[in-house]
Amino acid sequence: MTDFPLLSLLTFLPLFGVAFLLGIRGDQDVVERNARYVALYTSFFTFALSVYMLMRFNPYDDGFQFVERYEWLPSLNIVYQLGIDGISLFFILLSTFLTMTCILMSWQSVKTRVREYMVAFLILESFMLGTFCALDAVLFYVFFEGVLIPMFLIIGIWGGARRVYASYKFFLYTLLGSVLMLLALIVLYFQNGTSDLLTLLENPVSPSLQFWLWLAFFASFAVKMPMWPVHTWLPDAHVEAPTGGSVILAGVLLKMGGYGFLRFSLPMFPDASTFFMPLVMSLSVVAIIYTSLVALVQDDMKKMIAYSSVAHMGFVTLGIFSATAQGIQGGIFQMLSHGLISAALFLIVGVLYDRLHSREIAKYGGLVKNMPKYATLFMIFMLGSVGLPGTSGFVGEFLSLLGTFTAAPVFAVLGASGIVLGAAYMLWLYRRVVFGTPNTEEAAGLKDVNWREMTVLVPLAGLVLFLGIFPNAVLSRTEPSVQRVISQYQNGLERYAGPKDPLSRGHDETGHGKTRVEEGAPE
Amino acid sequence: MNGFEWAQMYPMIPEAFLALSAMVLLVSGTFPAVVRSGLIPVLGILAAFTSCIFILGMDWGLAGGGGETTFFVLDSFAAIVKLMLLVGVMASLAISTGYLRLENLREPEYTALILLAAAGMMIMVSASNLLILYMGIELQALSLYILAAFYRDSPRSAEAGIKYFVLGALSSGLLLYGCSLIYGVSGTLDFAGIGTYTDQNPGDLLLLTGLVFLIAGLAFKISVVPFHMWTPDVYDGAPTPVTAYFSIVPKLAAIALLARVLFDPFAAVEDQWRPILWFLSASSMILASFAALRQDNLKRLLAYSSIGNMGYALLGITAGSVTGLGTALFYVLIYMVMTAGTFGCVLALRRDEREITDIPDLAGLSRTNPYMAWALALLMFSLAGIPPLAGFFGKLLVFQAAIAEGMIVLAVIGVLTSVVAAYYYLRVIKVMFFDAPKDPLDPSPEFARRAVVLVSVLFVLFFLIKPAPVLEMTDMASDTFFYEAANDG
Repeated sequence: MTDFPLLSLLTFLPLFGVAFLLGIRGDQDVVERNARYVALYTSFFTFALSVYMLMRFNPYDDGFQFVERYEWLPSLNIVYQLGIDGISLFFILLSTFLTMTCILMSWQSVKTRVREYMVAFLILESFMLGTFCALDAVLFYVFFEGVLIPMFLIIGIWGGARRVYASYKFFLYTLLGSVLMLLALIVLYFQNGTSDLLTLLENPVSPSLQFWLWLAFFASFAVKMPMWPVHTWLPDAHVEAPTGGSVILAGVLLKMGGYGFLRFSLPMFPDASTFFMPLVMSLSVVAIIYTSLVALVQDDMKKMIAYSSVAHMGFVTLGIFSATAQGIQGGIFQMLSHGLISAALFLIVGVLYDRLHSREIAKYGGLVKNMPKYATLFMIFMLGSVGLPGTSGFVGEFLSLLGTFTAAPVFAVLGASGIVLGAAYMLWLYRRVVFGTPNTEEAAGLKDVNWREMTVLVPLAGLVLFLGIFPNAVLSRTEPSVQRVISQYQNGLERYAGPKDPLSRGHDETGHGKTRVEEGAPE
Repeated sequence: MNGFEWAQMYPMIPEAFLALSAMVLLVSGTFPAVVRSGLIPVLGILAAFTSCIFILGMDWGLAGGGGETTFFVLDSFAAIVKLMLLVGVMASLAISTGYLRLENLREPEYTALILLAAAGMMIMVSASNLLILYMGIELQALSLYILAAFYRDSPRSAEAGIKYFVLGALSSGLLLYGCSLIYGVSGTLDFAGIGTYTDQNPGDLLLLTGLVFLIAGLAFKISVVPFHMWTPDVYDGAPTPVTAYFSIVPKLAAIALLARVLFDPFAAVEDQWRPILWFLSASSMILASFAALRQDNLKRLLAYSSIGNMGYALLGITAGSVTGLGTALFYVLIYMVMTAGTFGCVLALRRDEREITDIPDLAGLSRTNPYMAWALALLMFSLAGIPPLAGFFGKLLVFQAAIAEGMIVLAVIGVLTSVVAAYYYLRVIKVMFFDAPKDPLDPSPEFARRAVVLVSVLFVLFFLIKPAPVLEMTDMASDTFFYEAANDG
């Protein structure tokens, strides 16, 4: 318990900005200019606060820190509880950093309904932070699902030509996965009589029930992640979303799936996770190889990056479900690294789109002549995506494959082949866009990145290189929490390792299901 | 009637006051000056409000009747449901004043009929006797038939009224037949007496047949599948304020009555009625969500939405537990608030002095009327059950109640249909926000309507901050039956 509600402040700070935004009065020009600045300041302060949180974070503590707990629905034993550990820490930083980046990047590319755009982004930021901070299952679900509303509007209002289709597909796909998780959460709640995540983590349910609950959670996280074959919403959503939307989608929303696996599936359902490990690993390997091949034949730059996201997320699931320290560390690192790199790549595409209003690879070429700074930045991110040593992409892929190798060598070998394919499509993309001769006249006369784009892209490039060279800055802080997750996983496995008691499940259900009835009656 | 005393009528004061007010309003309507002043709906709101104050001031443990038997109870369940009903009445009168003025529907009968229907519904909620139950149902039904056909010059409104009347009469017949069977075997009209008989003869086939007919009759009033056929046509044909009233208030009364019948006299045969409700709930959720996908008319869409939502509310009752009933009431309460807000917006949808109810006509509303568009969008997201809005908590709690009783299949049907339903709610948002704008709407500055929409939107938005008081209130209402059962046992 801390005396100061740091996490609540962090989570709801963007909403203060929203209140300001709604209060702006005046001409359209004034409103738009002020809306941009209010959103930028708000996201900056939120980011600064998250950095402050990073400084205060105790890297040797393996438990949850900054925990806050308030009554919310006392009669149902549902609490408002926030707290972070090493796993959520960096996702929070990623969210605040990328939101700020997006607002800066959308400065000129968003011209219509600027105020609403900024409102949607700040609400989105608040929900993302809430998802990573929540330590109550219902609270987690509220934030996790609430993200759909602003994202639906961002894709649908500011998106491209097929935005309506893409926004529907995104919304309904994700919702379908999530509602099943909601039911599983309710079942978990009745098993323990509370939705407090700390209690849930300590009390794994019986293996037979784990099986179903794991599947329900998997439905939600696999869609969010996204894993093959439920990834098809992603290319549509990415392509149609405005640049800022794509960045947040790739940078943060996809990570909610991986975060969910780490927070719920692995520690709470250890037996089921072990049982389904071959399934997850097969799907991951298929994703890595198949979507890499699909990425290879794309004509649309955004679509190619979208498919590459699916492939990169495959490494994450490989690493997480290897259930080894290296694998999970690698999975987390890969998510952070992909958050930065894919966000940067979408911004890189956005730079071109702002100038030529086309994402078609064939329209560009020879950009290196007029845009040397752009070509350099693009190269850093491209190499990061490929996984070149010295960039953050290498560390993530290497560690997750290492973990997989100790757990399931075959999958590691197959997964590693995906790296080759990844190098193929990224290098080819770079060659076609940056080198050679310009394919169109417009492409020959493009201006290099301006100072505003530089201020966005250079820090990203710096981070990609920094994390590639000093991965320990992240890994040392995630280590204790990862060890805790693994020990929870191991303890869970041992707990039901003995002869299975067929009666335990039925007994538990009736015992807890009636608790509330008995409590409610005598008042 | 031996031993009749006026004091036994005491619990009926709120209903009596409402009925008297309706009559006074009718009389005052003979003075053209009063009608022209537009005071009558305001007086109607005032009457409902006074009735609320009566209920709040009374002791919630009263029973009225003749001598040995109890006809009428004012327990905390009845009191809380009546308060919800009256608030709904006030809201639906408030949102319709402007519309009535614009459409020249200023007859005093409108307000009087709304109040009479409300009195009927309040009697239903308190009924503790099959005859009183029937009287309450008929009072509200007859008032509603006339209201549906209130737009005398419009053939569609007349059609709605006739359709509603014919089908409503059929359902009343079913209900009455059920009542007569129950009376025939148990020899009493009194809920307590029927309860005793049911406890002793839970396997009596005639009694159960009667119960089935009774449930069918009530299912018609709640409009759940397969007794829903009238709903889209009546919603569509009736004048929009009447549609608003239909969807905000009577459902709650019928659900409450159903709950009282099932949990009080028929509690002993719970295993018999739960499968019936299971089917009603599942079929409503499924049919409504798919049928609404193809609707282009906002009123028809909301009709199917109400069918689906009643399916979710029944899901709570099907659970058959104290939690279940509480969550069902909780669900209906949130649904009422959302519907009041939604109709508050729908009633202001006018362009070129004509009302618009087709969804494509809302195109680009977010550009032309941003406040209304945002209000409607939030209400639609909430109806779709997306957190953090209030509608989500309603769904969460009914699913929780269902799972607590092991009804996993029904809960899975519920969540899957909620995804299908999300599609048609999203469609309204899509049209308003993603499509190219049309001409702006006519300005509709009525204060009362705006206030209702504002309250509803604020409720939907900020419900999550303090959900506990509402839940405690509905739990308190549902505890009534289980309390009694515990005391009897």
